[in-house]
Amino acid sequence: MNKPSTLRRILTTDIPVVLIILLAIGPFAWMILTSLTPTAQLSATGVSLSPAGWSLDNYVRLLEQTSFLVNMLHSLIIAGGTVILGLVVSVTAAYALSRFRFPGRKVIMLQFLLVNMFPIVLLILPLFVLFRNIGILDTHIGLILANSTVAIPFAVWMLTSYVGAIPRSLDEAAMIDGCSRLQALRRIVLPLAMPGIISTGIYIFITAWNEYLYALTLGGRNVRPVTVAIQTLIGEYQIEWGLLAAGGVVGALPATILFLLVQRRLIGGLTQGAVKG
Amino acid sequence: MATLATSAPHDLAPARPLRSRLMPYALLAPAVLVTLFIVFFPMIQAVVTSFYDLVLWKPNATRFVGFGNYVKLMRDPVFWTSLGHTAIWIGLTVPLQMGLGLVAALLLNREFPWRGLARALVIIPWALPSVVIALMWRWIYDPTTGVLNDILLYLSVIHSTVPWLADPHLALYAVIATLTWQGFPFFAVMILAGLQGIPQSQYEAASIDGASPWRQFVHITLPGIAPVLATAGLLRIIWVANSMDVIFVMTGGGPGYATHTLPLYAFIRARQNLDFGYGTAIAVTFTIMLGAIVAVYIVRTMREVER
Repeated sequence: MNKPSTLRRILTTDIPVVLIILLAIGPFAWMILTSLTPTAQLSATGVSLSPAGWSLDNYVRLLEQTSFLVNMLHSLIIAGGTVILGLVVSVTAAYALSRFRFPGRKVIMLQFLLVNMFPIVLLILPLFVLFRNIGILDTHIGLILANSTVAIPFAVWMLTSYVGAIPRSLDEAAMIDGCSRLQALRRIVLPLAMPGIISTGIYIFITAWNEYLYALTLGGRNVRPVTVAIQTLIGEYQIEWGLLAAGGVVGALPATILFLLVQRRLIGGLTQGAVKG
Repeated sequence: MATLATSAPHDLAPARPLRSRLMPYALLAPAVLVTLFIVFFPMIQAVVTSFYDLVLWKPNATRFVGFGNYVKLMRDPVFWTSLGHTAIWIGLTVPLQMGLGLVAALLLNREFPWRGLARALVIIPWALPSVVIALMWRWIYDPTTGVLNDILLYLSVIHSTVPWLADPHLALYAVIATLTWQGFPFFAVMILAGLQGIPQSQYEAASIDGASPWRQFVHITLPGIAPVLATAGLLRIIWVANSMDVIFVMTGGGPGYATHTLPLYAFIRARQNLDFGYGTAIAVTFTIMLGAIVAVYIVRTMREVER
């Protein structure tokens, strides 16, 4: 009784799931294999499928001959800065939107929703002119501000729903005990909303780390994050796929690892809104 | 109902001291000011720029042309080509992502021992930088050394190598395939969450009544996930319409104009010719077209917020 049903499960569930997973991670796995195959071998016999032909040659060249570690540092500063700016201004905004009912509340919420829908191409051109005029083109602060166009509205929406889930009676109790509004926010709401704040922060970090068009247009010379640097690995006359693949793997790694660490909670938060409706 | 709920606290407002009435605005000020400065101010700037003939490297030649850029746009064949591509781009990518995402979600919703691992792995494409995705697929599509040609040749599907990204008739579809791959995990995850919200008892009742698995799917599963499909679909239409980084890195819009979509055309015009006036006119036109879909999404979401 048990045997045939296991066999059936394998045929109808496990094998199709394996196929879907292969489809999802196959291309990236192929890139990892490419990065492990030395360039000479890549052009002679193609990507090596067996561990015997693998070496870290491409990674060594990546770290020795290019400034990839510096690019990683730029990405880290920009992504970290976006997280800090995004969270700091959004936490108080989210608290106001979830705890108070005041004239203009709906308009402000609508505004943050609307901002997220604007095409990046509409913003990128005027931001270029604006940043050039105030002299923050090609600086960290410029790219942090540019990434915040996406990060702040997103953070406000996510945090409003997280803070909204914390019972109001808790901060009312604290205020009866003599806390002011801001003290209640800092001592009661912030600690309770911390899991939500952390996952929002990680989501912002991943998006800012992966961002490409702003980095290309508003940065690129002095401040060159990983996503722009990867493209410059393309050789002048011939594409060096091995080196390029190594750059892609290293560049994608921080965001992917962070994502896998928190994926369960992150997805819970992101899908909540959609499921309710 | 809605008016009652909003007017009740309003009536109390005058009784409270001014300080506490201003509190929410003070708390909101940083976020609102920053978005005004980096989003709304530049946007107004964009609309203004679109009425000027402005080429960035010759600022002295800047002059007001009114609707001139928009009139030029209507006569620009590349604009119409790009508009057509944008329609194909959205019309194929979103349904394909949704279809593949639905299949993945239905499979991942079944019981099997390594379900947690499978759910984590399937979302990986979503966390990868677009630039890496685009370069990765260029490598897969490469006409001489790419693995896709190798596999298809081995399976005898094709008899000579295909230059996927260099053939003007294929390039757009090759990029659409990449974007489908990038986006289907998003749908899978959203739909999976919707599936878990359907009570198991409904399926039990239906199978007691003798409903076939297909009828259960049509009458229980589909209505159960319809709201998720609508929300995720709208979000994805907006996202796919706006997304141009993958095309930009894969083909740069070429060969010729074969993979130009509207946002990409605006970006290329402004980037290569520094023709900011015309570029922003394209971007503004595109934003207005997208506005209709955005409005539907916003009405849906705000209705939920009211509850």
